[in-house]
Amino acid sequence: MRHTLRETWSGLRRNLSMTIAVIVTMWVSLTLFGVGLMTTQQVDLVKGKWYDKIEISAFLCVKDLGQYPGGTCTANQDTTDAQRAAIQKALESNPEVQKVYYETKADAYQQFQQTYKNTPILNTLTQDQMQDSFRVKLVDPNNYEGVVQELRAMPGVQAVQDLHTVLDPLFRALNAVKWAANGMSALLLIAAALQIGNTIRMAAFSRRRELGIMRMVGASNTYILLPFLLESLVAGVLGSAFADGTIALGKYLLVDRNAEETIKTLRWIDWSQTGVILAGVAGVGILLSVVPTLIATRKYLRV
Amino acid sequence: MITFDNVTKFYDSQQVPALSNVNVQIDKGEFVFLVGSSGSGKSTFLRLILRELVTSRGQVLVAGRDLARIHPWKIPQHRRRIGTVFQDFRLLPGKSVNENVAFALQVIGRPTSEIRRRVPETLQTVGLTGKGDRLPEELSGGEQQRVAIARAFVNDPAILIADEPTGNLDPATSVGIMKLLDRINRTGTTVIMATHDSTIVDQMRRRVLELDKGLLVRDQTKGVYGAS
Repeated sequence: MRHTLRETWSGLRRNLSMTIAVIVTMWVSLTLFGVGLMTTQQVDLVKGKWYDKIEISAFLCVKDLGQYPGGTCTANQDTTDAQRAAIQKALESNPEVQKVYYETKADAYQQFQQTYKNTPILNTLTQDQMQDSFRVKLVDPNNYEGVVQELRAMPGVQAVQDLHTVLDPLFRALNAVKWAANGMSALLLIAAALQIGNTIRMAAFSRRRELGIMRMVGASNTYILLPFLLESLVAGVLGSAFADGTIALGKYLLVDRNAEETIKTLRWIDWSQTGVILAGVAGVGILLSVVPTLIATRKYLRV
Repeated sequence: MITFDNVTKFYDSQQVPALSNVNVQIDKGEFVFLVGSSGSGKSTFLRLILRELVTSRGQVLVAGRDLARIHPWKIPQHRRRIGTVFQDFRLLPGKSVNENVAFALQVIGRPTSEIRRRVPETLQTVGLTGKGDRLPEELSGGEQQRVAIARAFVNDPAILIADEPTGNLDPATSVGIMKLLDRINRTGTTVIMATHDSTIVDQMRRRVLELDKGLLVRDQTKGVYGAS
């Protein structure tokens, strides 16, 4: 055991610059890997939240809109009850529609007051300026276009807002970030694995005389392998620890201290999900140091 | 102790076998010379005993165990029962004589107390008392080979394999090494020595196995180097 630890230590010291390079590569690549995972989780959370909620809103006409109300509204006129009923009926008979809510002016105003309480915006609108609306939940959130077309054509609809037009570019951007992070981390992880393999191969080569004698006198494979394994494990564990630390710090500073406080309406990734990701990152880090070592030393262990 | 039962060994790249249909039995405590020109199969013969190679056909048995059947993880155990000495000594240059000999015990996990006792004992056996703190490069070739023998012998192996142990030494030094190997043999250790040194073989008058192009062409008790 003492021999093993001494060999590990001397190996680490001898390859100090390589070890540092390995640790830094592991650190950066594992951090990116973690960020990729976090982004994926966050995108899913946001998507789930938005897609779960109302996907399509059809705002009805109000007198207050004046001369040019837009949509299929008649100037200075509310949507009539007949129009309202027709819209409701059309939506309810559409197979793509899962559920229809009707939100009154009063509901909308209340929500508005709640969202903007304690802000100067609160007093800029009156209840009469709010619009009644149909809120439509779809069976499949991705099949929204048919319903939107239908609603736009119905008389008495001032505007149809579908969140896809707003959210899709956002998700596309987030997806791009996710894949960029995943791709870069994959490349860096490969580089880190190769670097560890090379470092250990060099270490084993420089000690080939000793290894040959060890095999000759009958040292066990475990005994021969252990210093190399420990050496790469030290690099792997340190790299993983730094990466986990960086990810946790990022989550704390960017999400807990920043995003969560400014954008309260979104659900943000929480610590239990983060914990799973941190464990995954550490697992990959350790695997990434052990497997190349086993491959690199195979030649010197072959009996 | 060691049985070669109709052993043939082909190397992957070659058509001609390195050993073909070799049958030989070596008993416990024997001293055997293995002679033959370069490429005759001497090294293959020794490496089969060490289980660095496996046979293509036939069996090699050591202490009743079929080497082809021992689990790869058990090979180190097998090697612990065999001491090995080479022409080029194979000492660790940065380590003292004591450390070189102790190394063989350390890496198989022997306790420090045993190492402290066995190393000086063994150095005394090989005639290197008082030189334990020297580095290999401070020693003569003969002394270096004695260190290598001490390392091979320190674990009290049942078999000692020597591949041209006198190949790098002058005749006078070689005689000393042979006396040492003879002494080790008298303690009951089976010694198998591959050599080109006809003087030694002719003087010692021990069993001689001669290989020629992979065939065992002579097995002679109290033999000589060249066929008579």
